[in-house]
Amino acid sequence: MMNERQDPLLKVSHLRMHFPMIKGLIPKACAYVKAVEDVSFEIEKGKTLGLVGESGCGKTTIGKCILRVHEATSGTVLFHGQNILDMSRKEHRQVRRKIQMIFQDPYGSLDPRQTAFDIVREMYVADGATHSREEAAKRVNELMTLVGRPPELGSRYPHEMSGGQRQRLGIARALACSPELLICDEPVSALDVSIQAQVINLFKRLQRELSLSYLFIAHDLVVVRHIADQIIVMYLGHIVEVAEAEELCRKPYHPYTQALLSAIPGVDYDAERARERIVLEGEVPSPTKAPSGCPFHPRCPYASEACQRKMPKMKQVKPGHQVACYRVDWERKCD
Amino acid sequence: MGEEKKTLLEVKDLRVSFFVDGSEIKSVGGVSYQVREQEIIAIVGESGCGKSVTQMSTLQLIPSPPGRILGGEILFEGKNLLSFKPESREMRRIRGKKISMIFQEPMTSLNPVFTIGNQISEVIRLHKGVNRREAWEEGTKALEAVGIPDPAARMKNYPFEMSGGMRQRVLIAIAVACGSRLIIADEPTTALDVTTQAQVMELLVRLVREKGTSLIVVTHNLGLVARYADRIYVMYAGRVVESGCTKDLLKHPSHPYTKGLLGSVPRLDGDRNQELIPIRGVPPKLDGLTDRCAFLPRCPYPCEACKNRPYPGLRPAGENHMTACYVDIQGGDYDE
Repeated sequence: MMNERQDPLLKVSHLRMHFPMIKGLIPKACAYVKAVEDVSFEIEKGKTLGLVGESGCGKTTIGKCILRVHEATSGTVLFHGQNILDMSRKEHRQVRRKIQMIFQDPYGSLDPRQTAFDIVREMYVADGATHSREEAAKRVNELMTLVGRPPELGSRYPHEMSGGQRQRLGIARALACSPELLICDEPVSALDVSIQAQVINLFKRLQRELSLSYLFIAHDLVVVRHIADQIIVMYLGHIVEVAEAEELCRKPYHPYTQALLSAIPGVDYDAERARERIVLEGEVPSPTKAPSGCPFHPRCPYASEACQRKMPKMKQVKPGHQVACYRVDWERKCD
Repeated sequence: MGEEKKTLLEVKDLRVSFFVDGSEIKSVGGVSYQVREQEIIAIVGESGCGKSVTQMSTLQLIPSPPGRILGGEILFEGKNLLSFKPESREMRRIRGKKISMIFQEPMTSLNPVFTIGNQISEVIRLHKGVNRREAWEEGTKALEAVGIPDPAARMKNYPFEMSGGMRQRVLIAIAVACGSRLIIADEPTTALDVTTQAQVMELLVRLVREKGTSLIVVTHNLGLVARYADRIYVMYAGRVVESGCTKDLLKHPSHPYTKGLLGSVPRLDGDRNQELIPIRGVPPKLDGLTDRCAFLPRCPYPCEACKNRPYPGLRPAGENHMTACYVDIQGGDYDE
């Protein structure tokens, strides 16, 4: 699929997550919500993969499947070549320290009764080894400094902090067990604009210094383009387009990616006023009533009969740029 | 553009405070702005800058206590709205009829136990004095106008049966149904998905243009307003720090805060390897504001005047362009 220079840090293949909808006195699955359908991707060490889509497209579910918060229906998740999904609890516990998650709402994911210092320390000492009090304190303060939080503020509680400070604390906590992969689920969308930039810069700096890999999940394509090396666009559980970040924003092939890009408001006055906007019809259907064939066809301006019958396969348009759309061949001819 | 148009709403030196636990939170500290007829203006600022409180004051929806409007005037069609009591008959005639408001949360601003039709026709019945059946018919038409498929059936739906985008459309339908002269949309698309956001904004602006209504869009997203707004007011810590026509303000921002905001958003055509330029520090606490410029602690260009003299107030920075800053940084490099 992609060039195999280096063994990827994380390799997800044919991941499926179907949630049963249980009904009746004798619990029985009457239908399935197909949250994630046949998703494959790789993340190399020190790289960032962006996962973009609207609510309900399954982007968060993928993150949770990798962490085994949800047990995936099928597929494999190889981390350093080992399948996480097959591991026993004990094995998994060791691996899990290497994959950490950062949440959208930093307030909801921090214990309100613990101070900043305790929140980070708890994570650091949870590896089962013995740590002296001084050593733990030193490490926690290092982490705090690393994320740009003055260590003196360690005695504060989450409710005494601003949104940006809380998100920094969430990052410090995730870093406490020296992870290799961070799954960032909408980490900046709850923050104010002026603070967002600070946190995005922090993510980039940490990646350079610690050679971290990120799975960066967000709905804001502009933010993702800024931070990710490669971007996956999802729609209703399916990957519809994969490409290098800049390539995807410069030349999107899938009609959904095109619409998504055109819907993003910019601050450049002339460009904004001159721009033709593709406004999609209708809304994202509920995953319980996913349409047949290509899930995007009811809203797609170019939908044909073939689209209703069968989901198109991923096709390579350029090295590293793949699209799942029947129209691609035609589009390429026009280029 | 709007030179000869009449002023519809004029807010002069509005001051609103909340009194909580013995301290005064100066949510709005002397805000003035005006909306002309058929004009779309945007009020932009981050959370806690007082942009929503300003709008709630116009309709006198500030919960009191703890909130209190301390001073200023809100002139609408020549009358000072602040001279009316919040629960007076005059205010009630204005709310929903002359001035409508669309809130951010489409779920919480619709009543969950009544059908959509019930809620639309209630507004129409109250303000237009028509009977139930006529109101229901008008409501159905209003739903059709906002692009809801099968409006007659949808009238019988409850809010929970609709998606976020649909609910926001219903709110827009309610807002335009009575022929308001001014619509205030407080973060109308923030809770929606990107592609739905585009739909709702296009719809709102189209309706406003068709009906010749004025529109105030309150938002934190400068990009959202670049396309639609005629003029922009930028607020920071309860004050307007810059105002001007959209083109001028976005192309030649004059206040360091506006510059900072524009510099801190990533752009689609920007260089990915270049770091974003954030505004350092955090927004100030509103209970400890002094008479100095509130942006001073975060400002990359502090000067002696800022430290020694009180907040400068809005002063001309160009044609139809005002800024509240001592330092003229027009054309200056933002290299912090």
